[in-house]
Amino acid sequence: MIKKVSTVLVAVAIATLGAVGSAQAARTDITVGMQLEPPNLDPTAGAAAAIDEVVYANVFEGLTRFGADGSVKPALAKSWEISEDGLTYSFKLQSGITFHDGSAFNAEDVRFSLNRSRAEKSTNAQKQLFASIDTIKVADPETVVITLSAPNGALLFNLAWGDAIVMSPDTFDKAKTAPIGTGPFKFSRWVQGDRIELVKNPDYWGTPAKLDKAVFKFISEPTAAYAALMAGDVDAFPVYPAPENLAQFEADARFNVVVGSTEGETILSTNNKQAPFDNKLVRQALAHAINRQEIIDGAMFGYGTPIGTHFAPHHPVYKDFTANSAYDPAKAKALLKEAGFENGFKTTLKLPPPSYARRGGEIIAAQLRQVGIETEISNLEWAQWLEQVFRGKDFGLTIVSHTEPMDIGIYAKPDYYFQYDNKDFQQLMSDLTLETDDAKRAEMLQQAQGIIADDYVNGYLFQLAKTGVANADVVGLWENSPTQANDLTEVYWAK
Amino acid sequence: MRRRRNLVIGALLCVLFIAAALVSFVWTPFDVISLDIANKLKTPGGEHWFGTDHFGRDILSMIMVGARTSIAVALVAVGIGMVLGVPLGLFAAASRGTLLDELIMRGNDLIFAFPALLIAILITAVLGPSAVNAIIAIGIFNIPVFARLTRAAALSLWERDYILSARVAGKSKLRISAEHILPNLLNLLIVQGTIQFSLGVLAEAGLSYVGLGAQPPTPSWGRMLAESQTMFSFAPHLAIFPGLAIVFTVLGLNLFGDGLRDYFDPRLRHNRHDETPEAIVNDERVS
Repeated sequence: MIKKVSTVLVAVAIATLGAVGSAQAARTDITVGMQLEPPNLDPTAGAAAAIDEVVYANVFEGLTRFGADGSVKPALAKSWEISEDGLTYSFKLQSGITFHDGSAFNAEDVRFSLNRSRAEKSTNAQKQLFASIDTIKVADPETVVITLSAPNGALLFNLAWGDAIVMSPDTFDKAKTAPIGTGPFKFSRWVQGDRIELVKNPDYWGTPAKLDKAVFKFISEPTAAYAALMAGDVDAFPVYPAPENLAQFEADARFNVVVGSTEGETILSTNNKQAPFDNKLVRQALAHAINRQEIIDGAMFGYGTPIGTHFAPHHPVYKDFTANSAYDPAKAKALLKEAGFENGFKTTLKLPPPSYARRGGEIIAAQLRQVGIETEISNLEWAQWLEQVFRGKDFGLTIVSHTEPMDIGIYAKPDYYFQYDNKDFQQLMSDLTLETDDAKRAEMLQQAQGIIADDYVNGYLFQLAKTGVANADVVGLWENSPTQANDLTEVYWAK
Repeated sequence: MRRRRNLVIGALLCVLFIAAALVSFVWTPFDVISLDIANKLKTPGGEHWFGTDHFGRDILSMIMVGARTSIAVALVAVGIGMVLGVPLGLFAAASRGTLLDELIMRGNDLIFAFPALLIAILITAVLGPSAVNAIIAIGIFNIPVFARLTRAAALSLWERDYILSARVAGKSKLRISAEHILPNLLNLLIVQGTIQFSLGVLAEAGLSYVGLGAQPPTPSWGRMLAESQTMFSFAPHLAIFPGLAIVFTVLGLNLFGDGLRDYFDPRLRHNRHDETPEAIVNDERVS
């Protein structure tokens, strides 16, 4: 009897040891928290950042892609040749690629996808990326030749966007709910309102993913995000929504807080066609009435870099124009007087949900009150904001972060929601597209930054910081956010 | 005696709440509109008795001005409920059993069938978030409460002998309602009004918590709670003080309402003192 018991004990002990042993092996799954759930999963059919944040580089790939540092790298195209005149690009594709459904990938799929995205009836949110493309030809199954109508120095950059990914003609129509791509992860399932699951693609053409499974969990409430991280329900929150909690995570050895840069220029968008903001003096007064540092400290708890124009400060050609609109309430008052608003005026300030807008809005309202501008704040949900502000242009002021990379081109669209209409700027932007010389492009980009800074189109506040929180053992997440993405290709657990 | 104590405690809390609101019109320790970000998240003590919030505003001052918002919204909302609900109830009782009675009471049932907050969210979603719309939303919900109470209580009064003699004297139903029924209902209405007032304070806090009440920079207790919840783990005073303000105000109003009911109606002290007047009236309606 005793012997029997001891055998059982030994068996239990071995089983326990085995269990302990396997628990110590590095984990191969990750749960990533995101604040917003994507409306669908087709990056060519929607502008929502959340779409790219799930599928970019994980499920879908394009000819080129962004690296973690924002550089443009080869993806489906392993190399390319550009003709002397800069009009013809021939892309040599990787061989042996299959889609997740097992079908083979070839140059025909590239031609189909890009033509679909740039077609007249296309619903692609960034059609201007393809504007310079004249024709796309398939030279052989592994070579695509793109001919441009005019030289475009930014073509390789444009093709790296999530809006330029490649899908198969057989499955593109299902991409919204069941995306089939070529990436290192396959779409597994989507529990609406809760999470999206990806699994490793065993047949991936490149370096396979180190994780076997990835879950994107959607937690909109900052308090719930905090609790989920603390409880270990999510392993990483790459864009953590409440900067006020970061100091706590920093003090906690279980977590790693990474503060990087994003492409998000956070601006006090001004309706340039609505009185009195159609008067440049008023806009200039607005710019001098704003104390950026106070907004960064008060709304973002110190995270963020002041900007003086619509351009990312980490970009090599960024020019610092913050002195142009330095905080100077006395000057703001003088400018208002010059514009005929000695007693100030009243306007609306419509704020979308993120805390940079809601808190930043209260601070800006207080700052504007100091110079005599009264604002009526209304807090809107995203859908209302898109309806009233973005599409309806029914606003005086609003605060929003423009998170697309290199988006200074929006100032060349006179019907864009802030309605800036400057022919010189529009000319400069179209010249820029044609320019392929890097030095000249840099000069033109700086000139463009100067024009909008001098016109005080919007109140330029700060560059949104990427405040990510992750389990300290998770390695390989992007530090910065050169595009809207959560690239999990190289993510693994240290232990 | 115990009930008397409740009345006193309730009255004291109410006085404190109303005094805070009234004083805030002329004086608050600090300005609640301008921000002082350099002094943010100060813990309670020293200059700032209740500490400062994430914008460096004095929490005590915000609670005082927030009390004003609560009173304004709840008072007007209860006012709407009374002004519209009481006459409806009187009409229904006076024309008992007719189509008018049915229409009024079934209409009230319809409003009553919706959860209060749902109606409020619906209204503010359509009309846009603001304190005025919160008042309308809470006010609409108060109408059936007063209409039912009035009708049920008036029905039993209509059976009294003095009403009968008034009718024999040739007074119209309208006149009887105004001259004899309403005055005899007043204490019941005051008690119910106090309780509805406390529910109004709660509803205002709830609506502004979800962002549908008074908009910034007007301080409001509910929004103070909502804004502080991500900071609760390192600056709990941001949530504790507005939370306590809501608790004590609602507690005070309820104790006061209960105490008033007992004061007005000594019969209730012995047998039915655990029920609100509304519940009693509903019982009568059923029986």
